[in-house]
Amino acid sequence: MSEVLLSVENLEAWYGDAKVLHGLSFQLKQGEVLALIGSNGAGKSTLLKCICGLLQKKTGRVSFKNEVITSFVANDIVAKGIALVPEGRKLFPSLSVEENLILGGNVGRKGPWSLSAIYNLFPILKEKRNAPSTSLSGGQQQMVAIGRGLMSNPDLILLDELSLGLAPIVIKDIYDMLPKIIGNGLTAILVEQDVTRALASSQQFLCIQEGRISLGGAPKAFTKDQISAAYFGM
Amino acid sequence: MIWVNIIIQGILVGGLYALFAAGLSLIFGVMRLVNIAHGDFIVAAAFLAWVVVQATGLNPLFSLIVVVPLAMAFGYALQKWILNRTLGKDILPPLLVTFGLSIILQNGLLAVFTADSRKLNAGVVETASFPLLPDVAIGYLPLLQFIVAVAVIWGLQYLFYNTALGRAFRATSDDSETALLMGLDQRKVYAWAMALCMGVVAIAGVFLGVRSNFDPFMGPGRLIFGFEAVIIGGLGNLWGTLIGGVILGVSQAIGAQINPGWQVLAGHLVFLLVLAIRPKGLFPRIEG
Repeated sequence: MSEVLLSVENLEAWYGDAKVLHGLSFQLKQGEVLALIGSNGAGKSTLLKCICGLLQKKTGRVSFKNEVITSFVANDIVAKGIALVPEGRKLFPSLSVEENLILGGNVGRKGPWSLSAIYNLFPILKEKRNAPSTSLSGGQQQMVAIGRGLMSNPDLILLDELSLGLAPIVIKDIYDMLPKIIGNGLTAILVEQDVTRALASSQQFLCIQEGRISLGGAPKAFTKDQISAAYFGM
Repeated sequence: MIWVNIIIQGILVGGLYALFAAGLSLIFGVMRLVNIAHGDFIVAAAFLAWVVVQATGLNPLFSLIVVVPLAMAFGYALQKWILNRTLGKDILPPLLVTFGLSIILQNGLLAVFTADSRKLNAGVVETASFPLLPDVAIGYLPLLQFIVAVAVIWGLQYLFYNTALGRAFRATSDDSETALLMGLDQRKVYAWAMALCMGVVAIAGVFLGVRSNFDPFMGPGRLIFGFEAVIIGGLGNLWGTLIGGVILGVSQAIGAQINPGWQVLAGHLVFLLVLAIRPKGLFPRIEG
């Protein structure tokens, strides 16, 4: 359980000429849930994009299962076992709910997740399997996005802003499902605006501020004031 | 009865226009690429079929067994090594490159085959017909052409909505970045789309060559018909493309009946009319 799954060393990343990550380093052990917190534009989503290969303009080192994947492209990284549930869900509007899920399993990795397992987790999706994905409510769309990520049977799942644009009651439902989603020893990185919720759902956290890690460790090791100082940079 | 005949013949010719257009529609739908050289590829496919017929003595319609796979392989390579490099946020590079390809193809064909016009001889099927009504006879070739067009569109439609490749096409077309997260490499997906497009182009080229004379410079004219069929039917809708082809064929037949000089003009006018009234075409793809 204590084996290092993901290791990020001195990661720097750019959008065009603008440097957005300034030398991030951290490690994630098998089975851990890491919460990434920080204000808007701090670089949380950018970090996820670097890990899953969507952002190519970067230096430093990302290793996954002892393999350096820094230069790998996204379509190869998903086959290695990292799935991203993107911010804003990004479902394919031309595809039905079921087709979105099937496409998630496109890389053909073996594991506990299959269509029927996803339908057991989110029974409403089975009911709506043939509906266009965009006809669903926001919460249901988020279930499809999570299911699509799980369908690749990842070793590491990156969950970006699960609560974005959802009603509080729906957010609560989604987070109540989280233990089932990341059961089976799945390792996860969770990006969340709601700090309390993020810290309650994780064993480790990193606070990112303007592209740098301002605080990190186990949530219990710090007081609320310490974390909020790191969050706001005061 | 004369008008019934004209409309029926127009519908059947519309099948050929739909074949010209189906590949364009497919490529635009998947990768938003407007292929200026599409008509020249159709003509090149007709020449390829001509070479195959000369070499083997096959009936041109059976030469498709050779021409379609060759064209598909060519399409895959074309996309992989040339067109993929032009795709990006800027829409100009693909237009310029396919325009260049169009010139290269026309002049290449001229250099190899000279400016003589050729024809593919399919034998008795070209002239045989059966009576449908008094004064209305259906030619086997136009009927076959129409049936093939419907079959091709049905096949593409089936592929789009019922296969893994079709899912990949639709997902990549929706959002190529998120498709990467599903392990779909857009460059490969696009190469398969172009392979399919060229397979349809090969079929269109053979029917073009059997139906009429062809020479190295008639590509742009076929491109216009293809474009018009796609736009009339609505971008990204394959059945719409078939209907667009039929509308174009019927308009041209009616125009020609009124005055033989108005055939092509009538098609253009109807196209203009549709653009003015329904700029998105008659059956645009339903947006999610």
